[in-house]
Amino acid sequence: MARYAMVIDTRRCVGCADCVVACKTENNVADGFCRDWIVQDVRGGYPDLQMEIRSERCNHCENAPCVRCCPTGASTIAVGGIVIVERDECTGCKACIASCPYDARFVHPEGFVDKCTFCIHRVKEGLNPACVSVCPTKCMFFGDLDDPDSEVSKLLKARPNHALFPEAGTKPKIYYLT
Amino acid sequence: MAKSLSRREFIKIGGLGLGGLALGGGLMNSCANMLMEEQAVQLGLTGAANGSLALSPTVCEICFWKCAGWVHTIDGQPWKITGNEHDPSCNGRLCPRGTGGLGAYLDADRLRTPLIRTGVRGKQTFREATWDEALDFIAIKMKKIAEEHGPECVALFTHGSGGSYFKHLLRAYGSNNIAAPSYAQCRGPREEAYMLTFGEGVYSPERTDIRNSKCLVLIGSHLGENMHNTQVQEFADMVGNGGTVITVDPRYSVAASKSKYWLPIRPATDLALMLAWIHVIIEEQLFDQEYVKNNTYGFDELRQSVKKYTPEWAYPITTIKPHIIRETAREMGWQKPATLVHPGRHVTWYGDDTQRVRAGAILNALLGSWGRRGGFYYPNKAAVPKYKYPAYPAAKRSWRDAFPGKYPLANLALASGICDATLPSPERDCSFKGWLVYGTNLLMTLPQPKKTIAAMQNLDLLVAIDLMPAEITGWADVVLPECSYLERYDDLRVSPGRVPTVALRAPAFKTKYNSRPGWWIARELGLKMGLEKYFPWETLEDYLETRLKGAGLSLAELKEKGVVELPQRQPLYFEDGVQPEFDTPSGKIELYSDVLASYGFDPVPQYTAHEEPPDGYYRLLYGRAPTHTFGRTTNNPILTETMAENEVWINTKVAELNGIRNGEYIILANQDGAKTNKIKAKVTERIRHDCVYVVHGFGHQDKRLRKAFLRGADDAQLITKVKIDPIMGGTGMRVNFVTFEKVVQAV
Repeated sequence: MARYAMVIDTRRCVGCADCVVACKTENNVADGFCRDWIVQDVRGGYPDLQMEIRSERCNHCENAPCVRCCPTGASTIAVGGIVIVERDECTGCKACIASCPYDARFVHPEGFVDKCTFCIHRVKEGLNPACVSVCPTKCMFFGDLDDPDSEVSKLLKARPNHALFPEAGTKPKIYYLT
Repeated sequence: MAKSLSRREFIKIGGLGLGGLALGGGLMNSCANMLMEEQAVQLGLTGAANGSLALSPTVCEICFWKCAGWVHTIDGQPWKITGNEHDPSCNGRLCPRGTGGLGAYLDADRLRTPLIRTGVRGKQTFREATWDEALDFIAIKMKKIAEEHGPECVALFTHGSGGSYFKHLLRAYGSNNIAAPSYAQCRGPREEAYMLTFGEGVYSPERTDIRNSKCLVLIGSHLGENMHNTQVQEFADMVGNGGTVITVDPRYSVAASKSKYWLPIRPATDLALMLAWIHVIIEEQLFDQEYVKNNTYGFDELRQSVKKYTPEWAYPITTIKPHIIRETAREMGWQKPATLVHPGRHVTWYGDDTQRVRAGAILNALLGSWGRRGGFYYPNKAAVPKYKYPAYPAAKRSWRDAFPGKYPLANLALASGICDATLPSPERDCSFKGWLVYGTNLLMTLPQPKKTIAAMQNLDLLVAIDLMPAEITGWADVVLPECSYLERYDDLRVSPGRVPTVALRAPAFKTKYNSRPGWWIARELGLKMGLEKYFPWETLEDYLETRLKGAGLSLAELKEKGVVELPQRQPLYFEDGVQPEFDTPSGKIELYSDVLASYGFDPVPQYTAHEEPPDGYYRLLYGRAPTHTFGRTTNNPILTETMAENEVWINTKVAELNGIRNGEYIILANQDGAKTNKIKAKVTERIRHDCVYVVHGFGHQDKRLRKAFLRGADDAQLITKVKIDPIMGGTGMRVNFVTFEKVVQAV
């Protein structure tokens, strides 16, 4: 089985939020909510500054606290390690929201918890997630970590990178090339 | 349609449709998606229904880059817009504004039906009218103005695709007074500076070969925040390939964060830095000697003229250290001719803008980047014959007559100038009596909004044609609602470029409300004014078919493909052994300009100091955000979700000094006492201490824009002062200084 991951080249990313807008239209995300977002991480003081721009979302963790803590089993792991929420089984108790180190989940106005699905409906068709496919800077890559020839595997081998909050021990699968 | 669907209901229908998904017209390509199966399954929606997915070709209208794309619909309902893979303007990837373009169609605050004003101008009292009534009103007034004052007393302000029909209408009526704020309030100085230097403009989309550039110099250009699509795509490629970026900006922009060198220059001193660079490049012989010898005119005069502009001279002016000026000049020299000093786009800053941009053009000439790989390429023109109309009547007067002897090198009409010439003056025999305003909110696009209001009060007729209500539509006598770009055919996008193309915008949806396409409005108005010989076509499809036939194409082909490549006729770069020709008086690249000298302007750019902000005031800088196009998108229901209001960037120490907390709402007040709506403070290390920065286009004051109304502040209200470029009439707008005031809470 595949182990899907996303690799984002922060050198190329300009933080334009096309990923955010594309996700909204592709998935008809509820008004007032986004499943992905942009962070401008600024370090230093004027004029010695550095900035890392990141497109962030659910990390589809291998050791996902949201899945472990879900009392109804609504948060679950689907094909390729994609973490999904089964809406019918979700009671909106928010335990998963509290457990997520990435603040990636929100309560949909209709009562269930919603978040990034890695566009599983597209992935099943062999397509990239919408955010990856629209990015004008081509800074985003999607693929299988278990396949050494996949673009994501190659990029992670070739370039320095980091994930967010690795210390949380959740084994996140969004990597940022630096 | 009996009932419009909520977004939620729409998902359900889409999900249901999976069973019997019918694909539209063989148009499906690899980007087409199966719809939200997971959601459908999770919602327990199974079984077959008649969902059908269709794609129709469009050309984006959210900005002027005009990327071609596909509108995806399910059962005729909107789903998403994606880029056309065969379009070199987007390479299959739209920017966030284009991706969110559906918001223009969906916006519930759109103008819905023609309106005729019932009260005094400025008081927003209108009555709904039929198209017939509204167009009759305009036709009668326009005829009257033509009889009493001459048709030249009607002017058109235009921005956007549909403007072409109104230009045609106005010319047929007998006036050539057609202005776009994109000239005198934006890129006019750039076009004139490059025209003077190379005999050609930079044009739009820019002919910059960023993707092949090894060293890119950005002077106030904030690519990445400014989402001109392929420029940003190429910028990312160039950065990804390890190219050197040198960014000159008082603000640590996104581009600055990608740069090897960030030069946080003192605002308004860019020309000093550029002259010092020219000095170093000449004195250290970093220039392309053979290119300069073969292709340029006036090198010795230039050399003589910049002798005094040493990096040490520039240091106290710009605050950029001499060794950094030298290092960056050498970097530019080492990478030549693949060094691109970007010409910028919005360049009306300080009133000497043509000269400042010309200094950049001269740098490009010295580095040999014009006509060379990694510099500026020669775009291939797209040859699609124009529709043949009878000759227009000769206009007896033009906008130039309003300014005898002024702005001699302006090649296009000045929007600000037409505004000035609407105010009665004893020096003029004719002031403007009528304005048609298409797709441009003059109260935000022109500086000095109070002057614009005073000018409008002198009009006999003010017509606004627009998609959305805005400040300008509130002042109009007649408001005509145009439908969005997703509901109409428009003229072909005929684009020059590395590969010339022709692209089609076809309607994806039926016209909403009682709105109409621009072509229909202009034609009906023409018919009512007896100008039927200028509108021989009945529908735009007839017109398009005729034009396409002239290029050996058909509407059917364009509907299927969206974009068609046209033959390339000339090489992109100069060829070895061929002496290039330049359309300048000397036939060479003019480092020294006899034309400028003949009008009494500096033939080689010279530095003049600009006024500095007084104590307690900060220079107002403004720019763009990636998800918005000026004020046009700040009510877009999709795009406002990424950015609903602007912030004012204030240096941390300045904020401390003024007792301003990050996130606090404050009011900006300028040197003339003009004040803005409240705006959130962004306290940041990313900007110098002597300026503040806001994104333009926010702070709408028209309450009919429910998402944009009083969200953030409008910088145009603070631009009460301008410095006019004497060469071409551009309005330098970065000459205003602001201070901070606390928001007084209503008791």
